[in-house]
Amino acid sequence: MSNASETVTSLSSETRAGVIGVHGVTKRFPGVIAVNNVSLTFHQGEVHVLLGENGAGKSTLVGILSGLQEPDEGYLSLNGKKIRLASPSASLDAGISTVFQHSMLVPTLTVLENLTLGAPWYERPPRARIAARMEELKREFALSLPLDAIVGELSLGQQQQIEIARALLRDSKVLILDEATSMLTPQGAHELGERMQKLVKSGLAVIFITHKLAEAYRYGNRISVLKQGALAGEMVPDQLKSMSEDQAVDEIVRLMFGREAGAGSTEQRNSTKRDDTVLKLENLSTQGDADVMGIADISLILQAGEIVGVAGIDGNGQKQLAEAMAGQRPLNSGRVELDGEDITSATVAQRRRKGLRYLTDDRLAEGSVAAFPISENTVLKDIGQPPFWVNGLERPQRIAQHARELIARFSVHAPGETTPIGRLSGGNIQKVLLGRELLGEARVVVFNKPTYGLDLKNIDTSRQRISEIAERGLAVLLISTDLDELMALSDRIAVMEGGRIRGIVKNDGSGEALRLRIGRMMAGEEDYKQATA
Amino acid sequence: MTIQDDMNPVSADPETNVDGIARTVTERSALQRVLTLTVGPILAAFLLSALILMLVGVNPLTYYGYILERSLFSGLGLQQTATRMAPLLFLCASLIIAFRAGIWNLGTDGQFLLGAVISAASAPLLVGVLPGWAVLLAGFVLAALVGAVWSLIPALLKAYQGVNEIITTLMMSFLGVLLASTLVKLVFRDPETTVPQTRTLPVEDRLPRLFDTSISSGLIWGLIAVLAVHLMMTRTAFGLRLRMVGANPLAATHAGLSVPLLTLATFGLSAGFAGLAGASEILGVAGNVRANWNPAYGLMVIPLVFLARFNGVGAIVLVFFYSALMIGSESAARRLGVPQDFTLVLVASLLICLGLGEYIDHHKRKKER
Amino acid sequence: MSGLLTEAFLSSLLTGAIVAAIPILLAGLGEQMSEKAGVLNIGIEGMMLMGAYVGFLVAFETNSLWLGFLGGILGGVLTAIVMAVLCVRLGLNQIVIGIGLTLGVEGLTALLHHFQFSRTYPRLPAPERLNIPGLTDLPVIGPSLFGRHLIVYLALIAVVVLAYLYRRTNLGMTLSAAGERPAALDVAGGNVLGIRVVAVLFTGAMAGLGGAYLANIGAGLFIPFMTGGAGFIGIVLAMLARGRPLWVLIGSLIFGAALSLTTALQVAGSNIPTDVIQMLPFAAVMLVLVLFGRRAKLPAALGAAYERGAR
Repeated sequence: MSNASETVTSLSSETRAGVIGVHGVTKRFPGVIAVNNVSLTFHQGEVHVLLGENGAGKSTLVGILSGLQEPDEGYLSLNGKKIRLASPSASLDAGISTVFQHSMLVPTLTVLENLTLGAPWYERPPRARIAARMEELKREFALSLPLDAIVGELSLGQQQQIEIARALLRDSKVLILDEATSMLTPQGAHELGERMQKLVKSGLAVIFITHKLAEAYRYGNRISVLKQGALAGEMVPDQLKSMSEDQAVDEIVRLMFGREAGAGSTEQRNSTKRDDTVLKLENLSTQGDADVMGIADISLILQAGEIVGVAGIDGNGQKQLAEAMAGQRPLNSGRVELDGEDITSATVAQRRRKGLRYLTDDRLAEGSVAAFPISENTVLKDIGQPPFWVNGLERPQRIAQHARELIARFSVHAPGETTPIGRLSGGNIQKVLLGRELLGEARVVVFNKPTYGLDLKNIDTSRQRISEIAERGLAVLLISTDLDELMALSDRIAVMEGGRIRGIVKNDGSGEALRLRIGRMMAGEEDYKQATA
Repeated sequence: MTIQDDMNPVSADPETNVDGIARTVTERSALQRVLTLTVGPILAAFLLSALILMLVGVNPLTYYGYILERSLFSGLGLQQTATRMAPLLFLCASLIIAFRAGIWNLGTDGQFLLGAVISAASAPLLVGVLPGWAVLLAGFVLAALVGAVWSLIPALLKAYQGVNEIITTLMMSFLGVLLASTLVKLVFRDPETTVPQTRTLPVEDRLPRLFDTSISSGLIWGLIAVLAVHLMMTRTAFGLRLRMVGANPLAATHAGLSVPLLTLATFGLSAGFAGLAGASEILGVAGNVRANWNPAYGLMVIPLVFLARFNGVGAIVLVFFYSALMIGSESAARRLGVPQDFTLVLVASLLICLGLGEYIDHHKRKKER
Repeated sequence: MSGLLTEAFLSSLLTGAIVAAIPILLAGLGEQMSEKAGVLNIGIEGMMLMGAYVGFLVAFETNSLWLGFLGGILGGVLTAIVMAVLCVRLGLNQIVIGIGLTLGVEGLTALLHHFQFSRTYPRLPAPERLNIPGLTDLPVIGPSLFGRHLIVYLALIAVVVLAYLYRRTNLGMTLSAAGERPAALDVAGGNVLGIRVVAVLFTGAMAGLGGAYLANIGAGLFIPFMTGGAGFIGIVLAMLARGRPLWVLIGSLIFGAALSLTTALQVAGSNIPTDVIQMLPFAAVMLVLVLFGRRAKLPAALGAAYERGAR
């Protein structure tokens, strides 16, 4: 596809030095203005951070720059010339490469094939040329990849390297990284930050999208803050350099929310732990295979009113542990005890009725049925149970009433209980699912990444709710990849790696020291000193 | 699920999601939608088919007029139409269960024929041994069981090995059709006839006729079956469980449902109803099975169930029109020399035109939003 | 059954196996490309039948088998265009449209056949065969392996060519990407709908050619509904072969042997009903599926329409 480029006669002086210009771009979706009259300039040699909450318009902007969507109003420019990016290939031809938030690799193909994806079908893959280029990339940017490995068998960090390598192989002038650190360890994120600086020094423009404030300061040369689709402010390189991290974060928060930082969410909560043991896990093990990791020898005790955090890099058995607890995943060995009663052989439904609840991390694919109305989704875990069913017959009014109550109590923003749940935003689906888990007599709630993908306001509310649940005397297992969240909420933190618990530490508020210790365990080092359950 | 492949009608992009903001949408008038969704496509399909008729030198007006006259505007035709509906209705029931539960049971032809053969083999032998109603009941029950058993391998493979049921049910269908024919020739053959066929259930022992007409009461049972299935799928806990497995198996597992067991149940019920369809044809109308008899209703009903969007009432209406079309075209084959295969052309054009209509509607609505 | 192992029996068995295998082979190779690209092409039965009809019509009118094959390809492609437009471009449900297409072609060809040929049932003359001196004269295998119509050898060459293209060029990975993760191909600058359309049209061409072979070489005439599930067997072969053309060849030969056993046993005067023998290939498929079904891995996006931006 050809880029229909034409010279724009009158360009504002601001766009002079930029590679890519966004000029008064507006994009509307049904009922929302996703991007509202945004103008930005991306410069060579800069990591330009686009910062904003979920729904602030970052992803839409990425979509527009990568050719997935076209603006309703406004235009883009490349090196001062107006350009239309009508498709991903047009964007690539313009020298823009994007590493999306969700991996855009084909898991069944090899690294080499993924690197050449999109080439004409009749050509042969230029193996030798790519191998040579990869050697260069290895030297310059420490990108090292096994060309013949199947992508699905590589770690998420390696997969991300493939996508960056692919962008470099295309000789891109602009590299967009969308929420690129969400799957990485703190160390991995740090490496990515250094790599980005090397890339901009070699002459690229990097656009780095994130919602994490500290990352924006650490890795960025220039920060643009988006708020509800509009540009809320910009921090230029000189300004950033002169600030400390705390000052910068304060400034960003002011731009994003119009209030000072440090409110509520990052402060450590006061423990509400009581003495009675609610849930006891003894030596849980599950079968692993090529696709899912098994867990081994997991023992843990949850007390009433206590929040036990589970830290770890995503995919180290956390989900399997949650599923084993909920009864969704068969055990190889081990024992589960709830309020002193052995429930090892109880089914999912039985455990639920006894008060063991599991809020999944996969809200759309596992937690809900997108096409079903909210009302049905509120009772999906109680199908056939009174009062919603009598003798197997559904009582639609009773279910609708229950759903309306839940919508009101958990302040779900929804047109009504008959709306298909898939139409709601992630935060609102989360509220519905939380309401579903708290129905009736809950004793233990397992939260799997409860705030993942939510906007800051919903993150705050969710954390508040989790605290309240513990306050009421329920035991909480909080699985999260966000260390700040765990350190703010947990009484103790268990660290998982390779399907095992590498150590359990008391959240003593020792800040950075604790963070370092947890980081080491996340990387697989045992922590014998403190391994007390 | 409609023809428009709309399994996930939801935009997954969080930024496009409406957070309780009222849509200020002016929907097109209902009339326009009916035009694009039904009337237009149906007219287009009949026109397309008319072109094909003209191509082979048949006057479409004569042909369509003849079909209407024979199937709907004559008492006998109407009665034949009503009788023909029975097996088709049972098949609709079978497919509504399967499709709503996310299972592509494409093997109803085999299940249908084996059900027909077992009922034809058993019922005549039971006459005199059991009271009349019990003979019929036994025939139906056996047919349902045999139909269900014939789906066992695809069901087990799907439930426990994840093998795609499209292929297994199709293969079992081919096998079942051939097996049915073999059984008629080798095992259940009536020794007193020269052509290979099963023993014949005497007319007085078949399902009673309705009032003074020639309509088989199989029609009533078929209607009950479709409505019962419709209510089961939409109003009961069991139906919701099946639908949940169909809509999102992961969510079903998460909610504590046994997806394999519910998959087995879906196959059993669906194939059982296909077996009942076969029995209703034999015990109500034909009385016996001739070797190599295969009306191949199974694949035909799939488009109808889809066009009805898995709705029981919609399916009944469509089955009525389709039966009329079949009866009329069978008659037209004898009188006008147009083979009844033409109905296949008409149904296929209907399906394609209605699919296009849905597509156009979908995109117009998208634009308006 | 005294004459079961005579030379004539074995020769006709082998001949029959090849004649029966070729249409399935062509259909299977065609379907394989669609499935790789993520399109479950249930309409292949209809494409094959259309190929048989058009192929026969052209061969009959022009007295040229080669033009007949070309006609078969054309018939298959025309049917495939409908599938490509409705299912790939417009994203309608592949299974429903596939079944509808098959039913429609069955009706249409039966109708046309009725008005053209049903009184006369014209036959084509026996096809000219290859004659390789020395090889064709070998006992038993000579005439069956080396005395077939040239198209048979072209089909075998197609297996090799496809295997080469899938392994050595970007074609294989482009198709796999369209079938496994169409969004990934799209953002990498590939053309998802384009490659899928190409795959569906290729399926139509191969299935149409297979149908034409069935009518013009296998039977010598067109009979309504004559494909009798051959297209569906092609689908099974493609699913079990997991993207390897050679496996489609092996599978089609096994099927062909089972099919030809039917006729061969009849020739030998066996009194087993043909129905029983006809069950063999389907029973074989089921047995294979029961034993190896778990390994018949299908592309992740098989059967799902692709729309940019709808993740």
